[in-house]
Amino acid sequence: MSNENQYAIVTEDLDLWYGDFQALEKVSLNLSGGIITGLIGPSGCGKTTFLRCLNRVNERYGNVRTEGTINLLGKNIYDPDVSLIELRKSVGMVFQRPNPLPISVYENVVFGLRIHSPRSELKRSVLDEAVEQALREVMLWDDLKDNLKQKATELQLEQQQKLCIARLLPLKPEIILMDEPCSALDVEATSAIEELMLTLSGKYTIVIVTHNMAQARRISDECIFMLLGEIIEHDRTENLFLNPKNSKTSDYIEGRYG
Amino acid sequence: MIEAANNAKKFTETTVGRNCRFTEKIAKSVFFLMTLTMVLPLLLIIGFLFYKAWPALSIDFVLELPKNGMRAGGIWPAFLGTLYLVLISLVIAAPIGVMAAIYLNEYAKENWFTRIINLAVINLAGVPSIVHALFGLGAFVLAAGLGRSVLAASLTLAVMTLPVIIASTKEALSAVPMSFRQASWNMGVSRWQTIRGIVMPNSISGILTGIILQVSRAAGETAPIMFTGVVFYKAIEKGDLLAYGLLDQCMALAMHLYTISTQVPNVPDAVPFATAVLLLGVVLLVNALSIGLRIYLRTHRKW
Repeated sequence: MSNENQYAIVTEDLDLWYGDFQALEKVSLNLSGGIITGLIGPSGCGKTTFLRCLNRVNERYGNVRTEGTINLLGKNIYDPDVSLIELRKSVGMVFQRPNPLPISVYENVVFGLRIHSPRSELKRSVLDEAVEQALREVMLWDDLKDNLKQKATELQLEQQQKLCIARLLPLKPEIILMDEPCSALDVEATSAIEELMLTLSGKYTIVIVTHNMAQARRISDECIFMLLGEIIEHDRTENLFLNPKNSKTSDYIEGRYG
Repeated sequence: MIEAANNAKKFTETTVGRNCRFTEKIAKSVFFLMTLTMVLPLLLIIGFLFYKAWPALSIDFVLELPKNGMRAGGIWPAFLGTLYLVLISLVIAAPIGVMAAIYLNEYAKENWFTRIINLAVINLAGVPSIVHALFGLGAFVLAAGLGRSVLAASLTLAVMTLPVIIASTKEALSAVPMSFRQASWNMGVSRWQTIRGIVMPNSISGILTGIILQVSRAAGETAPIMFTGVVFYKAIEKGDLLAYGLLDQCMALAMHLYTISTQVPNVPDAVPFATAVLLLGVVLLVNALSIGLRIYLRTHRKW
């Protein structure tokens, strides 16, 4: 138990049901902080469901029941004193299709700040600084600094996705969840986002769901293979791909199914 | 040689293809004809109305009181009454309808209770207006003790329009992409903040359209108001905008049109037609206002 603190995310016997359908079964994981963890597995194996558990946004989708514990940074997120607002501020999510809000680039970045800060702290200078810092961190500042008033939905997809990441940063997240963040993007945009993820890892704990095994191999430090709601294998990425211990994993990696 | 002959015929039309092209033409012209059939009567009605109403139409016709047993003068009391009924029923029905729709679309989980409510909303929207009239008579006029009054008639109209407002508002809300809500929720933004900050601004024009359509329907209905508060004749001061109290009876354009065309003998031909033109005018006016409001909201949003 003493070494539990070194892990950013610890789940124990996590079960989840959508109505009668069990989507996650006895998921027990220890994910280290500050690295990129890849989640791979065929469609419908519970990757996205698991991701949504980590900031409890699953509860918004109705008819979901969970059992088991999830510890983030040493705190059980099902404790009664956990505020969902604070939890979701620290655990942000990026989606498959870039989903910037239909407002300006500037307003997208400060959207969270505006909602979560008391009005007295919302000085123009504070907001301006937050926008510049967040956009610099995702390498968008030079592209967009003159177009901050532009509507975010009119940007290129790559810029939209970076903006979706930038939008989380002013809230000072510790964990960033990414649900197939590149599957709607072309090759160049994908490598730009991957590069960005590599620069963000270390500062943030990143969990990425991906269908693209090559991508998982390129960018993740550790990798988890899931099948039908269960964890089959969790290892350093190079071990998982080169010496899979489970035959289901090796079959999937070799493309025999999925 | 045979091959060459075959090649020469390549890509030329076959009999099947010719038939295909022929049916295509027929289909297109039939659909076009149907579109005309829809528009033509509308234009004819409006043209005919204006043609017949022309001798009686004037500003005085709107602002004068009826004279000589409705056979001359103007229709000010009926015009004012319709405005009262429409505005009061709008003030009652719009907030309730919009808030109920927000609950059903944004908060309610899918279970038997919400399914029954949704079913009820859809079915209530199809109830004939005369049934609403009887309900209003029983509930507001008699049981609630409001008597036949502006308030009772407005409440009846509100009850009639409510289900459709709920249905159209829900439609507008569910047209806002789920991904906007996801983005917002995952930043720790509460449901209400998401609704206020994201969902409403993106659906407001759809919501308003639904409400306004109901307002114009309310303005034109006769049945729900004739049992609940509208009378044949009510004497008011000329030019008095606050002529009717909430518990007074009033006149209304739709009812007035009905009475002068069927109940009063020897009404000059132009008067009912002019009344009809005015009723149409009120509906168009309300629609124009709403379109103006929508454009204003769209251009003056802070984003």
